[in-house]
Amino acid sequence: MEVGICSYGVYIPKYRIEVEEIAEVWDEDAESIKNGLKIKQKSVPDTDEDTATIAVEAARNAVKRGKMSASEIGAVYVGSESHPYAVKPTATIVAEAIGATPDLTAADYEFACKAGTAGIQTNLALVKSDMIDYGMAVGADVSQGAPGDALEYSAGAGGGAYLIGKKDVVAKIEETVSYTTDTPDFWRREGKDYPEHGGRFTGEPGYFKHVIAATKNLLNKTETDPSYYDYAVFHQPNGKFPTRAAKKLGFKKEQFKDALLVSEIGNTYSGSTLIGLASVLDKSDPGDDILVTSYGSGAGSDSFKLKVTENIKDIQKEEPKLESFLKEEKHLSYGSYARHKGKVK
Amino acid sequence: MDQEELLLFIFYLGRFDIITVPRFWRKIVNRYNLLGTKCEECGEFYFPPRNLCPSCRRKGDIETYRFNGTGKLVTYTVIRSAADIHEKETPYILGIVELEEGSRLTSYIIDCDIDDVEIGIKVKPVFRRLGEESEEGLIYYGIKFTPVN
Repeated sequence: MEVGICSYGVYIPKYRIEVEEIAEVWDEDAESIKNGLKIKQKSVPDTDEDTATIAVEAARNAVKRGKMSASEIGAVYVGSESHPYAVKPTATIVAEAIGATPDLTAADYEFACKAGTAGIQTNLALVKSDMIDYGMAVGADVSQGAPGDALEYSAGAGGGAYLIGKKDVVAKIEETVSYTTDTPDFWRREGKDYPEHGGRFTGEPGYFKHVIAATKNLLNKTETDPSYYDYAVFHQPNGKFPTRAAKKLGFKKEQFKDALLVSEIGNTYSGSTLIGLASVLDKSDPGDDILVTSYGSGAGSDSFKLKVTENIKDIQKEEPKLESFLKEEKHLSYGSYARHKGKVK
Repeated sequence: MDQEELLLFIFYLGRFDIITVPRFWRKIVNRYNLLGTKCEECGEFYFPPRNLCPSCRRKGDIETYRFNGTGKLVTYTVIRSAADIHEKETPYILGIVELEEGSRLTSYIIDCDIDDVEIGIKVKPVFRRLGEESEEGLIYYGIKFTPVN
């Protein structure tokens, strides 16, 4: 049975703040931060944008680009670490706004930056078991970084939405595996505005351990090696981590460079891997093999093996593509940024 | 202006003391998706939706209609002194948009510089936060309009 991605869409707010602008406020060396994080700027939501509005825009773009009707969607899962409500699902807002209600199941997921790929796995299982025809998985965030914290340079905003089904599949999901442990590398307590993190601790026992283990498990299970793939997509909290993990696994720069967008838009958390994948799908050819590995602090990684089909050409003709969101930029001063993010109360 | 149109206008002014949660929720599908109505008898479109065509009266044949969403800006005003709930957003633009099908509605015009806005520009809908009842209360979502580049 051929199950996979039938359509996809993204949304990235048009506002940006450059590393220099933030570094100047905190009297830090912008060049050293840019070189360390491999980030030039990050995306910032407008004052009236949040995870729900970004998820809706991405989901609407996915429906618009696909061939299915929204009423055929049997499940909506929205993954985020910045849902607007502590109690009340973002998924119902998305389902209502794309016209998928009322005959469907819906729920919110939270797993730091990998809640979106967890939604893809759930939908994959529901479609494979014939419980639904199509399922929508969204990963979206307006992530938070405390003033002066290292995260302030990278915490961006954006989202990706994927429709999983059996008809008109543009990329078959041939295999998926996950790797999960209880690792306290990053967290945010209930009611707190900003997250806490373990600084350098987040690298080795967090990101690298899980991303590398999940990817190796997928390669072993599918009896493939890095050279088999045309593209590789990794979660990108900064520019350094995915590059180092990819090289350690044996991938070449040509395979992972097209998915690396963190330098331009920052870490879009639950949107990060999904936006990276959209960037690759927008330029892929039928027959291409893609490896995708997400990462969520706490901690875990989901790894996928995808094969692009002939149908990709139809969806590549449809707007809006990822590129259109990268072209439109409006730069903010730190003062305007603080207002946009509600840092001034 | 009928009652629904008046309520929509009051809502955009941020009077969430008048537009209560149940009152907002009753039209939530319409606000999210620009779902209005069309009179199949005379071809007139309505947003907010009307249950009765004021021209055809009992001869009217009212059907649900999903607006395409694109339209043009008929007129606008810049709000510099706003209700408490919108205080942090000033200055912002409130305009009257004429949808392609002909119906007109009041909405925010966003994502543009005030100096760049002109009567007659083409606009398209975007999904945004319209406001919130209070810090603890419901968040209101719906359509705003942005110029088409």
